[in-house]
Amino acid sequence: MNTLILQTTSRFLFTLLLLLSIFLLLRGHNEPGGGFIGALVAVGAYALYALAHGLSAARQLLPLPPLRLVGLGLLIALLSGLVGLLNQQPFMTGVWFKVLGLKLGTPVIFDIGVYLTVFGALLSAIFALEESAKEVR
Amino acid sequence: MSVILPLLVPLTTAILCLVVPYRTAQRYLSLAGALALLAAGLYLLTQLEDGIQVMQMGNWPAPFGITFVADHLSALLVLVTGVVAVAVTLYALEENDAPRERQGYHALVHFLLVGVNGAFLTGDIFNLYVWFEVLLISSFVLMVLGAERAQLSGGVKYFAVSLLSSILFLSAVGLLYGATGALNLADLATRVEALAPGLRSALAMLFLVAFGLKAAVFPFFFWLPASYPAPPVTISALFAGLLTKVGVYALIRVFTLLFTYETAFTHQVILWVAGLTLLVGALLALAQGELRRILSFQLVSHIGYMLMGLGLLSPLALTGSVFYALNHMLVISALFLVAGLIQRLGGSGVLVRLGGLYRQQPWLAVWFLLPAFSLAGLPPFSGFWAKFTLAAAGLEAGQYGIVAVALLVGLLTLLSMGIVFAEAFWKEPPKASANLEARGWAAQALPIALLALLALGLGLWAEPLLRLSQKAALELLEPSGYIQAVLGVSR
Repeated sequence: MNTLILQTTSRFLFTLLLLLSIFLLLRGHNEPGGGFIGALVAVGAYALYALAHGLSAARQLLPLPPLRLVGLGLLIALLSGLVGLLNQQPFMTGVWFKVLGLKLGTPVIFDIGVYLTVFGALLSAIFALEESAKEVR
Repeated sequence: MSVILPLLVPLTTAILCLVVPYRTAQRYLSLAGALALLAAGLYLLTQLEDGIQVMQMGNWPAPFGITFVADHLSALLVLVTGVVAVAVTLYALEENDAPRERQGYHALVHFLLVGVNGAFLTGDIFNLYVWFEVLLISSFVLMVLGAERAQLSGGVKYFAVSLLSSILFLSAVGLLYGATGALNLADLATRVEALAPGLRSALAMLFLVAFGLKAAVFPFFFWLPASYPAPPVTISALFAGLLTKVGVYALIRVFTLLFTYETAFTHQVILWVAGLTLLVGALLALAQGELRRILSFQLVSHIGYMLMGLGLLSPLALTGSVFYALNHMLVISALFLVAGLIQRLGGSGVLVRLGGLYRQQPWLAVWFLLPAFSLAGLPPFSGFWAKFTLAAAGLEAGQYGIVAVALLVGLLTLLSMGIVFAEAFWKEPPKASANLEARGWAAQALPIALLALLALGLGLWAEPLLRLSQKAALELLEPSGYIQAVLGVSR
């Protein structure tokens, strides 16, 4: 889609949406929000960017191919569950610790895993749809 | 700890296969994961010496959290799942299927194993549904991976039937939850007694249909022969060995733990289903002309044996069921893998186009005959003891009809395997047959030999596994131990 307005605004919106998505991810710790919603917003940012600047431009903004992100997210989620096991407690038990007066725990790590997984899975679906749409055209 | 290992191992393997981008690395990771799974299964079984193993996920106590339980039935099934996984991944090492591997074949196989083991180990009926979905979604993708025409046509049937079964299962769980207010299996077991008999029977039948669809029993088996021969042979071997057994496991669990009150009705229905499954599957197998379709109908037919033991509901009968299920997992996977080798060496899976394989590859004939005899239940193979136990249990219960059917189906199976042998191995090769690649299959024969010799070994030395199966059967018939292990108090 070659419109100047969309191309210009999408640059700003991209950054803003990504910031919002991280805000949502961290907010999910105690309030509504979380990895799933955060990832949806981030996917929205990339989808918008892909619409405005094309698929390959959006791909270049990704640190890893989407499916590897899924793997990475699952790995992080798995590791967060293992912390409980190492602590002589059942799998997935939440473990809490204080970092600089901030109460942190494995649920946040799990949520980051969810974030990456949802982000990678949805993005690979959207990219695949975009590609097949291009073939039809 | 030991309960969750058979879940964590394939999950970790699957994730690593997603993260590591190299195909060769993924293959060996996959094999290492399968071997580790086997080790985890063995470890779990040894832990059972101290009684039923329980883990409350996230440390939420039962019945509020999700419980994982391993009794002998679950542990044995998990162990044999590991064996099948090792055999299939060994076989897949030599399959050069780059496109499918790039699309995540190895990761999907291990996600499937996560689902299968999760279903075997969970102690919560809604969680059981979740594990069913995990394995179904992986199997959907594996079924159509590569997108060949036959795969898509089989995949649609498989998808539609699985979805129907999931809906029925979920509705049944919802109704059960509405009636009892519990989802934890052990908790449910203490509560279903208070239900009205009519409601209980209706729920039992809903579960029978939902799980029957997954286990591919009469009259819900039509989807299996339509879809299993379609994907590559490693995938169909994996499906054949594991997926229907999950349905059988769910039936055994639900009909020994929850619905044991109106047995004159429910278990009689199961016996009828078992008999018809046995007979119809075996007869239809005789009418097929393609190897993997024959095996698919044999697979359907032999599910009937496992249900027969459940229908009889005596210690001996359940011992037979459990032993049969374990034996069948090994044997049918071996036969599907052999079918793959025959297809590769003979150039076709259609019996008419095959022939003369015995002269070219005498060892292949051996690796075919060993599991085939075990499937038919000839002594001294493991299948013999399984059938012997079931027949003895049937005679003990005075159910002569089902025993007659069971024995007849044994003969029909032998006949069907004999036809395959005569057509593929003994017959003069058809004129047009090109001499295909005949070398380099030793590596793929290795896993088949492993499974076949295991089946033979379990037949010659059946005592240990029979004793373990018997322990599983006794635990199933005395659910108080299971309930106490999960809920922590005796009620």
